[in-house]
Amino acid sequence: MDPFTSIGLSLRDLLAALGLADWFIDLIMAALRAAILGTVALLAFMFLTWLERKVIGRIQDRLGPTYAGPIGILQPIADGIKTITKEIIIPKGADRAPFIVGPILAATAALAVFAVIPFGPDTGHGPLVGTTLNVGLLYILAVGAAGIVAIIMAGWGSNNKFAVLGTFRAVAQLISYEVPQFLSIVTVAMLAGTMELGQIVQIQHVPFIFPLFLTAQIFLLSGVAEAGRSPFDLLEADSEIVAGFHIEYSAMMFALVQMAEYIHAFAISCIFVTLFLNGWAWPFLPGLAPIWFLVKSFGVFLILIWFRGTLPRFRIDQMMAFNWQFLVPVSLVNVILIAILNRVLVVSAGWSASDPNTAWPWGLAMFAANLALMVIVLGIMGRAGRQQRMRDEEKVRGRSFAAATGK
Amino acid sequence: MVEPFGFIGVFIAVAIVLASVPLLLNWVLAPHKPNQIKSETYECGIETQGDTWVQFKAQYYIYALIFVIFDIEAVFLLPWAVAYNQIPLAGLIAMIVFIVLLADGLVYAWRKGDLKWA
Repeated sequence: MDPFTSIGLSLRDLLAALGLADWFIDLIMAALRAAILGTVALLAFMFLTWLERKVIGRIQDRLGPTYAGPIGILQPIADGIKTITKEIIIPKGADRAPFIVGPILAATAALAVFAVIPFGPDTGHGPLVGTTLNVGLLYILAVGAAGIVAIIMAGWGSNNKFAVLGTFRAVAQLISYEVPQFLSIVTVAMLAGTMELGQIVQIQHVPFIFPLFLTAQIFLLSGVAEAGRSPFDLLEADSEIVAGFHIEYSAMMFALVQMAEYIHAFAISCIFVTLFLNGWAWPFLPGLAPIWFLVKSFGVFLILIWFRGTLPRFRIDQMMAFNWQFLVPVSLVNVILIAILNRVLVVSAGWSASDPNTAWPWGLAMFAANLALMVIVLGIMGRAGRQQRMRDEEKVRGRSFAAATGK
Repeated sequence: MVEPFGFIGVFIAVAIVLASVPLLLNWVLAPHKPNQIKSETYECGIETQGDTWVQFKAQYYIYALIFVIFDIEAVFLLPWAVAYNQIPLAGLIAMIVFIVLLADGLVYAWRKGDLKWA
């Protein structure tokens, strides 16, 4: 039995010894689990803000935070004290109710995802931290949609034109990228045969990143867009619309919006680890499952930070084209290809994901097919790009500098 | 205890508390000195003109319409995906036809130029 479960069981025994009713003990345990889960998410948020600033600093040849504590590790606490003592400014003409509820809803929606994330195996005493939900994947999508509503409330309630612009962009981006994200989730559900996240981890005899290489990439890209992080941070493009939907927020309200964003990004990393990287599994010390899960999640988050440090922001037309003309068609083809190929492998070779003996040959065959599809897609894209460039050059050719500038 | 939705209810309640307690603390700790200029709408220092809540670019609306097509698809695809391992070949072919029909809608919108940001 792992240490986490035994602590929980002894606590339950302690409560039972106090002579409390069963339903009351259940309620206390649920509230405790919820509080632990929420606190872990908040601590992860604090750690991630520090990590991001440090890593981005290094990428940009700076040191990042250094003063607060050793290597700046206390910086998030300093930030917290600062934001909590600043004045909350509610702008003139703001619609107060959505303006105030917006950040709270955003943070709640971002946190709510963690209720179904499996941090460790179910050892017969119930799930480790959250709960086992048989429609887990659907729940994640639904809660993600609540985050969009929060952004609309925040932006629309601010009575600010930049905020409204940011809101429109946010809605366009978030609903668009929900489509490839959903299609990649469908592919996972297809191979796993379930929507329950714990079972999806257990069925991965071979980590799904191999058989679903393309799907994993589509999920990560659309996840970055869903979290509104760079390079898809159009909803808060600083150089165009100042800060987008949260322009009018100050003090803790701003911190809540920021928190929602980071926790959403962290939730995306956690879901990525669950779906594609075999969740809590690790070659040694299986008792420390949650630790390994968090290590993997921080690893995936580092990739998101790397994106942010490397790529410039998309233009809005590029962003929409990237989704509707690239990600969506590719993921539709991907779903069909995976469906057919998996059926062929199961029927003809007898290899399948659920059989531990044949999982690896199955996974590698699928991986090869993924690579082939990637080569084809990139070939088509490259050709289309070259043709577009030739057309553009054709337009410019023969036009003198004077004609182009009007001088 | 009605797992799992009972727990999710408790968790969402706890999440709301976790989000609103810092806000309340902030309300208690921070100063309240609003004045005319401070609570102006911030639009890069230029005074705000006219109504903020105006009608807006129709392009966003077209994307929303296309999104609805695929969102409906979600309702049909997920149950099929869960049953994928057990269904016969006919079910597989039927769903591929369904996906192709949906992709057809996307291709139509593409050909009409609706996916171009204008």
